[in-house]
Amino acid sequence: MSDVIFVGFPYVAVALAVLVGIYRYRSDTFSYSSFSSQLLENQKLFWGSALWHYAVVLILLAHFIAFLLPPLWGGIIGGPLRFPLEALGLILSLVGFVALGWLMMRRFSTRRIYVVTTRMDWVVVGLLLFQMLFGFVISLSYRWGGEWFVSSTAPWLWSLVTFNPKPEYVTAFPFLIQLHFFTGFLLIALFPFSRLVHLVAFPIGYLWRPYQRVIWNRAPRPGPGFRTS
Amino acid sequence: MDIRAQVSMVFHLDKCIGCHTCSIACKNIWTDRQGTEYMWWNNVETKPGTGYPTQWEDQEKYKGGWERDSRGRLKLKLQGRAGALTNIFYNPSLPTLDDYYEPWTYDYKNLFDAPEGDDQPTARAVSLVTGDFMDTLEAGPNWDDDMGGSEVYAANDPNILKSLSESEQQSLKNLEQTVFFYLPRICNHCLNPGCVAACPTGAIYKRGEDGIVLISQNRCRAWRMCVSGCPYKKTYFNWSTGKSEKCILCYPRLESGQPPACFHSCVGRIRYIGMVLYDADGIEQAARSPDDGLVDAQRALIKDPYDPEVIAGAKRNGIGDAVVTAAQNSPVYKFVKRWGLALPLHPEFRTMPMLFYVPPLLPVIAAIRDGQYETTAGMETAPADETGPNLNTVDKARIPMQYMASLFTAGNVDKIKHVYHKLVAVRMYMRSEQVGDQKEEDVQEALRRADLTPEQCISIFELTSLPTFEERFVVPPMERERAMDGELPPLDPYSRKAAGGFGFRDAPARRF
Ligand code: HEM
Ligand code: SF4
Ligand code: SF4
Repeated sequence: MSDVIFVGFPYVAVALAVLVGIYRYRSDTFSYSSFSSQLLENQKLFWGSALWHYAVVLILLAHFIAFLLPPLWGGIIGGPLRFPLEALGLILSLVGFVALGWLMMRRFSTRRIYVVTTRMDWVVVGLLLFQMLFGFVISLSYRWGGEWFVSSTAPWLWSLVTFNPKPEYVTAFPFLIQLHFFTGFLLIALFPFSRLVHLVAFPIGYLWRPYQRVIWNRAPRPGPGFRTS
Repeated sequence: MDIRAQVSMVFHLDKCIGCHTCSIACKNIWTDRQGTEYMWWNNVETKPGTGYPTQWEDQEKYKGGWERDSRGRLKLKLQGRAGALTNIFYNPSLPTLDDYYEPWTYDYKNLFDAPEGDDQPTARAVSLVTGDFMDTLEAGPNWDDDMGGSEVYAANDPNILKSLSESEQQSLKNLEQTVFFYLPRICNHCLNPGCVAACPTGAIYKRGEDGIVLISQNRCRAWRMCVSGCPYKKTYFNWSTGKSEKCILCYPRLESGQPPACFHSCVGRIRYIGMVLYDADGIEQAARSPDDGLVDAQRALIKDPYDPEVIAGAKRNGIGDAVVTAAQNSPVYKFVKRWGLALPLHPEFRTMPMLFYVPPLLPVIAAIRDGQYETTAGMETAPADETGPNLNTVDKARIPMQYMASLFTAGNVDKIKHVYHKLVAVRMYMRSEQVGDQKEEDVQEALRRADLTPEQCISIFELTSLPTFEERFVVPPMERERAMDGELPPLDPYSRKAAGGFGFRDAPARRF
């Protein structure tokens, strides 16, 4: 069973995310969009979207650093920054949870937003909401996540990356933590089938691209994602 | 010199009758889909008025266009580059649907299906967004139509608030002084477009060959910054597909030699379209001019299509002979450059709009006699110097010149007056020729003041009043075939499949 949940499923999820994500980008670039609903409702979106995004982006960043550079993260979390960082993580997960709950309420209670919400939107927002809650409870009850992540979760993930899977790193974890892992990979699996693809469209290139863009017909210079065939 | 060609436009406001035929022609072709019902790529507003979306000219609210900072550099008024990335989750300057209006239809079926009763059945309004009944309709596409003098609309026109004193504002509300005219608006296909610059992804671009500004539907990611970046509010967000859309200047029609639908259908025949050749090297410099110099700087960008150096520059950039010939016959060149009659709308937004307006004379030529408003009807009996076109017409203008200056010359009253002097001179000269009731010395003085010759007056009169279809619309062959096949080595024709035209193989609808 643990082989399915902690080995098979992560591989399937990541394969889906990458392969379907690329396929969707190439065959249906049009569908890559953040599907902003701000035109239809402005006021509630401000608190929801701004707080949600800052919280989730920072939390994800911490997860990625801890996964990609365990020694660095272990060094930081072992030092005097441990307490502030753990507290920040706790607060951010609460903020993210509340903000996303607010966004979900907005989708329920504002007619204009309700009618532009797809079934997949409900699924994704619902799962993210649970995921945030799990994260919050875990960081509150199983201290300190920043530490045990480095010695158990990171090795498990790396064992998957190196195709030498060692699920035993995480099989002894409490149910809630395992559920958090599972939902995480479920979200990765749903990524290419939902609006979540908007996060890989983050337009970092705006920092350096020239303001004006001119495209000539006679010397076509298709940019990335500009479908010419 | 980097000579490029631009499809450019003139609207002659004296001729607009406010019939909205242009808007309907556009809507029926391009914006009759879900998510676009509220969009009017072509709209006609009443000025003074709040416009669509409401008070769009107030850039303190909407933050559109460019600003010149203290060191004379150009900055997007909306935000800097880093600001775009930190505001991306929530755009603080986005108009919402309520700033436009909530689109609706009527429950017509009820007129047929209602059970027999004592009352007439009604067709209630139904929202095209939510499908719910709407009890009150509070705004619509041209809700302030003809409402010059209105306390709600005209009085809140940002130009009125900005350019007129308390007492002048008050006087415009007097019935005898009420004044309005129509301002049809489409995308200006600017030389320094704010929409292109504001798009974080770079999904918006200007076509090199003709300057048409387009949004790639495939690259738009709904960061909705272009809606704010355009000071004219001429990019719109499609709430159904999650993509921004805007006027495409009917490029499929242009490419087959026809003028855009709003031009073709214009009842007042106010619209002119033609190519101009301009120097792309000078755009930034021109856009950085101080407010006072913006109109002249923009005019200076447009080059004489007969100048051999300009023609050589055009050749160097692969601009074909047909386009150069079209630029030589362009009605736009005449109105903008040769006669200096047509002005950009709000040059102070610094996007270098390529749609130019001949300001309207109608609300100017009129007078109040014995407390009565007199127009042409009073002319037979009134002395010509009171109601007809005369040397004092502009100074006695019914609408304050500051107001017109706020629209067309970034507040420069002398500049707009000069244009009006030209318009009056043409009328005085033609009237002296055809009716013969003008004093010769007045006519000479008017011509001198307007820097016009009698021959120019006749040309202006002819292109204003008597132009043929071919004189109003000078559309060269767009040479798509040359664009594709003139290249060596030749392009694989298949590489153009689906990239020409709309290029959609799947319906442009939300799928995920
Ligand atoms: C990386 C940078 C990201 C950017 C630039 C971004 C941008 C956006 C934008 C513009 C919207 C639309 C807001 C509106 O309605 O106007 C949005 C919505 C949303 N984003 Fe993100 N996002 C990012 C990362 C993420 C991440 C990491 C997640 C979750 C894993 C996420 C989840 C969502 C959700 C659930 C919504 C829908 C919210 C709602 O309206 O109910 N985003 N995002
Ligand atoms: S008027 Fe047209 S080209 Fe100019 S900024 Fe607006 S949308 Fe862009
Ligand atoms: S069709 Fe022509 S005359 Fe009628 S409103 Fe439009 S621009 Fe004015």
